Amino acid sequence: MALDQRLSTAPDPVETDRVQMGPRALARRWWRALTSMRTALVLLFLLALAAVPGSLLPQRSLSQGKVSAYYAAHPQLAPILDRLGAFAVFSSPWFAAIYLLLFVSLIGCIVPRTRMHLRVLRQPPPPAPSRLTRLPQSDTVESTLRPAAAADGIERALRRGRWRVARSTTGEVVELAAEKGYLREVGNLAFHAALVVLLAGVAIGKLVGYEGSILVEEGGGFCNSLQQYDTYRNGPLVQGGDLTPLCADLTRFSVDYEANLTPSKFLAQIRYTRQPGGPVTSYPLEVNSPLRVDGIRLYLTGHGFSPRFTIRYPDGSQFTDLSAPFLPQDATTLASTGALKLPDRPNADPGAPQLAIEGFFAPTAADLGDRRLVSVDPRPMNPAVAIVVYQGSIGLDSGAPQNVFQLDPQQIQRGALKRVDAANLLVGQSLTLPDGTTISFDGYKQWAALQVSHDPAQWSVLGAAVTALLGLMCSLGVRRRRVWVRLRPALQRTGDPGAGSVARPRTVIDVGGLARADSGRFGGEFEALVAGLPKTRRILEDTTRSGATFPAERT
Amino acid sequence: MVDSSLASVSDSAYTFSIVIYTLAVAAFAFEYAFGRTGRIARTSTAHRAALEGGISLATEVTTGVSRAERLGRAGLAATVLGAVLQIVSLALRAAATGRVPWGNMFEFACAVVLVVVLSWLWLVRSAPQLRHLGIFVLIPVVSILVYAGLELYAAAAPLVPALRSYWLVIHVISAVIASGMFLFSGLLAGLYLVRHRYDRSLVDDRPASRPVTALAPRLPTAAVLDSLSYRVVAFAFPIWTFAVMAGAIWAESAWGRFWGWDPKETWALIAWLVYAGYLHARATAGWKGTKAASVNLVGAFAMTFNFLIINLVVSGLHSYAGLT
Ligand code: HEM
Repeated sequence: MALDQRLSTAPDPVETDRVQMGPRALARRWWRALTSMRTALVLLFLLALAAVPGSLLPQRSLSQGKVSAYYAAHPQLAPILDRLGAFAVFSSPWFAAIYLLLFVSLIGCIVPRTRMHLRVLRQPPPPAPSRLTRLPQSDTVESTLRPAAAADGIERALRRGRWRVARSTTGEVVELAAEKGYLREVGNLAFHAALVVLLAGVAIGKLVGYEGSILVEEGGGFCNSLQQYDTYRNGPLVQGGDLTPLCADLTRFSVDYEANLTPSKFLAQIRYTRQPGGPVTSYPLEVNSPLRVDGIRLYLTGHGFSPRFTIRYPDGSQFTDLSAPFLPQDATTLASTGALKLPDRPNADPGAPQLAIEGFFAPTAADLGDRRLVSVDPRPMNPAVAIVVYQGSIGLDSGAPQNVFQLDPQQIQRGALKRVDAANLLVGQSLTLPDGTTISFDGYKQWAALQVSHDPAQWSVLGAAVTALLGLMCSLGVRRRRVWVRLRPALQRTGDPGAGSVARPRTVIDVGGLARADSGRFGGEFEALVAGLPKTRRILEDTTRSGATFPAERT
Repeated sequence: MVDSSLASVSDSAYTFSIVIYTLAVAAFAFEYAFGRTGRIARTSTAHRAALEGGISLATEVTTGVSRAERLGRAGLAATVLGAVLQIVSLALRAAATGRVPWGNMFEFACAVVLVVVLSWLWLVRSAPQLRHLGIFVLIPVVSILVYAGLELYAAAAPLVPALRSYWLVIHVISAVIASGMFLFSGLLAGLYLVRHRYDRSLVDDRPASRPVTALAPRLPTAAVLDSLSYRVVAFAFPIWTFAVMAGAIWAESAWGRFWGWDPKETWALIAWLVYAGYLHARATAGWKGTKAASVNLVGAFAMTFNFLIINLVVSGLHSYAGLT
């Protein structure tokens, strides 16, 4: 192994000679291949490649709707892709296989490297090569001190410069071997080890974490329990009863706008308690500033309007203050669509037709002259709804989940739900159906989409990431380098010509330096180091030199 | 509120920076075409002249050289001026909108280009002999700026609430710096590949293609280009790591999770993995040299893809493009 490469604990390349071997030897060879740099490299690229379809194809975890749209657009291709896991790449077995192999390789790599580095840390720096002038950096100076005395000064200076120094003496010749920059290897190992911790943290978070989202209208509230959420995802180790108790109410939701009607601030004013009947605290929930209590986080993730209706049946019974959240379709005008489904009605027999409304809500309606309703402003200044009323069977009893924002189109197609009337209503206006039922539009409430998340492992992920970054900075910023100093007595000469002005040199000092090839400019540091060696000077005349070597050209 | 007069001065500064960079391109083109040939001719003729004991030829060539030299210096000065104009343009945008000037794709592209130019100026400061490479830096710079102005331009505007966070400052500035440096390293890797091909053609004694033989002889040696592009990546990689981490921290407070495989996040990771691969490749037998340089270029591609395609074609949570 070349001197240069031993400055790193990188594993040796795997030899590829093919000889007959037993199963143990074969296993060892496979293990060595798996933990080699080359395999790590290939797995890194494979992982990058495998992530590509996950970013270009619709993913279930991000949007089920987009996956369905893809199915509709590519009816032949989609099922095949689906079977390959292409719509859930990041939880697919093949994606997991790649990163697990990578991390096995990683562990198999860092364990022996750490052991090797610990050994290196206990050993003295390696002794000087026989010809220092052959090294990438080398120079020769002289001193008027004797070798041992000059070496004392140089050794002290090196140690002060935080070099590790080993000294050996052979006869009158003194050798110093010094090394520095161990932090590079330590940082590198810390970086790689931190990646393992990071992955473990992510995995634990997936097992014991959960998140749930819910749409809450002003005046409404919810408690932290999986049953209450509109959608939730819980790790396999989460039991329904384990959830941290928290109940929150939305008291008010508001949006501030810039002059050009882009929103400048969303604010959901909430009140929460940490246990049933406990003290109530208020919190201004904003985007970018979640509520963090007892290890759970509450986020504001969206908002919209819920139009309010009153429905009076011909028999005099009525529903007041009915509201249904409508989903914004246009971010700049908040024009929204939604549905109100009334499966039950007071005092009616079970067979009576159910009432359902599909609608369009405009926070600020513009009068275009025809009967089309458009929204021109996201602020609720002139709210209006366009409704289409249906009667019949909504189809909720079938048990199949329904989209809350729209009526089941199949029920309409099948004729189970019949369109009975339609109207555009401003606040206070009402529509009377042929059967005498009246529907009045009373105004609106705002709703906020809230999300609760719990991931107890995320702090360890953060810690691992910070460690990895610090390790990386050491690994890439520190360079490992070695310096050798050989001090030998100068040749004694008779009839010294310049003895009057300059003291006679007694020691010739060869210095050689070596750094890892990649590490940038070691040359400058080496020159400064040689220039700063105590009690030495440039060689005045080369007759003092014992060997025929000439100072190597500086590079 | 947006101060529209400041914003329009900012736009003018942006336009002027393109004009000035273009002048710099012309100056560097001249220097590249005539300067180094002159310098090579000078040294070789001077050498020959010295050997033959004459000096007349050498002085003649030297005057030709100094004009190229002067143009090269002018190109450098123009580059500095262009960078100053870009800084002015970004600073005025910040003043006009009262926020950091990297809130949409246009501003991001301008800031990244500025980092490329500054990286190069910094390199030339420590290695003035590389000045004539300016043309290879400034042609992409001008192209990107023109593209940004035509395709990505967004008027100065305030930010949507999701972007109003100090993490915007931290996350995006580190992404800008890393992107600019990665791009710069990619340019050097590209030059390395040209130079390498040329060197191979000399060794194998088989002619290389026309553009390679025209450009390569005046490039620094392959080893110098390789080492420079490595050192730029080695500097930028921790910054990119930090940018991704800061993004994750921000996502945790804005979107409810620190990592959610949003396409933008995914490509940030892909680029990160590719550059990690590059650093490994440089330490792996059989991967050093051209393969590592190609990996570097793949990394630059991933960064560009993440910026252009993911923002403009694939929708995700990072819909900050400011385009309609
Ligand atoms: C998750 C997978 C991995 C990532 C993201 C990763 C990342 C990195 C990075 C960024 C560096 C550059 C730091 C430097 O040059 O000092 C590096 C260096 C290194 N990695 Fe990895 N690595 C991974 C897996 C592995 C594996 C499996 C091995 C074992 C074969 C390995 C061995 C090394 C070695 C030996 C170096 C130092 C190279 C040198 O001395 O220049 N890495 N790694």
